[in-house]
Parts: sequence; structure tokens; C-alpha cells
Amino acid sequence: MTDHDPNLAHHFDTPAQQYAAGKLGVWVFLVSEILFFSALFCAYAVYRANHPAIFFDGHLFLDSELGAINTCILLLSSLTMAWAVHAAQLGQQRTLVACIGVTIVCAVVFLGIKTVEYSQKWEHGLVPGADFTPDMHYVQEKLDHHGHGAETSEELNARLLNLRTFFGIYFLMTGLHAFHVIAGVGVLVWLFVRAWKGAYGAHYFNPVDFVGLYWHLVDLIWIYLFPLLYLIH
Amino acid sequence: MTEESLSQPRPPVAPSLAHPIPLWVLLGVFAALMVLTFITVAATWVNLGDWNLWIAMGIATVKAALVALYFMHLRYDSPFNALLLVSALVFVALFLGLTMLDTHEYQPQVINRPPAGSEAPR
Repeated sequence: MTDHDPNLAHHFDTPAQQYAAGKLGVWVFLVSEILFFSALFCAYAVYRANHPAIFFDGHLFLDSELGAINTCILLLSSLTMAWAVHAAQLGQQRTLVACIGVTIVCAVVFLGIKTVEYSQKWEHGLVPGADFTPDMHYVQEKLDHHGHGAETSEELNARLLNLRTFFGIYFLMTGLHAFHVIAGVGVLVWLFVRAWKGAYGAHYFNPVDFVGLYWHLVDLIWIYLFPLLYLIH
Repeated sequence: MTEESLSQPRPPVAPSLAHPIPLWVLLGVFAALMVLTFITVAATWVNLGDWNLWIAMGIATVKAALVALYFMHLRYDSPFNALLLVSALVFVALFLGLTMLDTHEYQPQVINRPPAGSEAPR
């Protein structure tokens, strides 16, 4: 008599089928996420094609260093997530727990840096939507600092007029991405607790694998967001 | 369970289902990703006009491919999963591409047009 594998759900015949079906399901979900974000990328493409100067101005307000650090942090978190899957598949319990833990820490640091960036914007009135009332001195200072100051106040106002669109797109894209990071942290914490309790090993590692796939997608989206928003020249 | 699986070949997963990617591959991919990130930033120090955007997108795509193939295990998975990803990207390309075609018709102001009938038809 064969034991019933406690991790094998009744509607699957074999663990291999369960794993393949689960993976396929996660990939279909990732496809829906990619298409979800693509709408915002489309908005970005249309507005940037039509108003390249505004996008150029807009990026002067973003801190590329913080953006680059965030990119590296997310890439590190992807490494530790992939390492966690590797550890789970080899039954390396302590490494698995440590890797999930580091992934969570990286995600939280990413969110911390984003909070710093957002609060810098908030302070100077660069908020999304109708409350967009930028502090003019700050704006002129930023443009000047990068050698692209406005000559006259008419010019400054003209350049400022559509800056709101850039910031709308910036906050929406990075905000939606940050929302996905937060959701990811929630799932990772759940995964951490389960891993700590020894639920995963060479016999069963599906959730680690699937959460990993989601996490890599979050990283992938940032890989594209970073150059598009922060490195406009 | 294990005895049964070992007696039959299973594509593409191994009898224990696990196909751990070697750690040196993961670390190597991470190192490549960091180098490519540095190159992305460094490329902005050189002014190549419109090319800057396409170079940045090209490098981002290489990074994305590394993450997808190795971290996400697509290189060793059933090809159907890779097909799903590629088809998503095809639809995104269609979406953005066709929308961008329309972009050339975009008029920032309509007010500047001369009154109808006062000029030869477009």
C-alpha cells in the first residue's frame, strides 16, 4: 500500500502533476500581472513620446542614486529568494529560513527607501492628483542644480504646467509596484513561518518555488521601471 | 512514491521533483545582474541622444532574461511556461506598438487649427 503523501492534494494524481500544475498556474498569474502593468507602461510611452521635455524635467526630481540602490537591493532579494528555493529542494532547513528572512529584510529596506523618496516629494508639494502644488523655489532650485534652470518665470510656469502628468505616472507606477512589494512581504512572512516550522524540504517545496516566481516578477518590473523613470537623458 | 517514480523516466522533472540550480550559477547570475546595473547607470553618463533609451531598454531586457531563465528556472522548465511568458510579451508589444502608432496623430492643441473651409483640405 502506498502512503498518501500529506502534501498531495486529492485532485492531483501524483506530486509531479501537482508541481507542474501549480507552476503553470503561477505563470498564468504572472502573465496577468505583466499585462496589468503594461497598461501603465503604455501610458508612460504615450506621454513620454509626446512630451519628452517634461519627462526630462521630471526625472531631475528623482534621486538616481536611491533608485540604483533600490535596484541592487531588489536584485539581492531575488538572489536570496532563488537561493531559498535551492535550499528547500536540497533540504537545507537553516539556509532556507535565513534566505527567506534576508529576502524580507531587503523588501523592507526597499520600502523604506521608497518612503524617504516619497516624503521628499510630499514635502515640496509634488503629490499625485489635484493637490499638486509644487513649491516653486524648490522646483527652480532643482532645475538649476542640474544646469537646466528656467530663464524666466513664464518659462518656469510653462515647464511646470505638465509636470503633474509626469508625477502622476511616477507615483502610479512606483506606487503600484510598491503595493506589490508590500503584498509580497506579507506572503513572504507567511512562508517564513511555515519554513521555520519545517513544512518544506526535498519532499515538498512547491510554495517556496511559487512565491519565488512572484517575487522575481516584482524584481523584473522594477528592472524596467528604474531606467524608464530615473535615467532619462 | 519514490520507488515508483524511479522506475519510469519523467520529463522534465527528476524523480524527487527537485532540480536545484547550482549555487554557483545563482551567484554568477547575480554578479552579472549587478554589472549590468552598473552599465545601465554608466551609459547615462554618455550622451547618445535617442539611443540612450534603447540601450537602457536593451540592457534591462538582458537582465530580465537572466532573471527569467535562471532565477525563475525557465531554462530547465517545461517549454510551455516559457511560451506563456513570451506570448504575454508579444501582447504587450502589440498593445504598446499599436497605441504608439496612434501617438503620431496626437495634437497637443486643437485651437490652432484654422476655421474649416478657409484652407485647402488636408
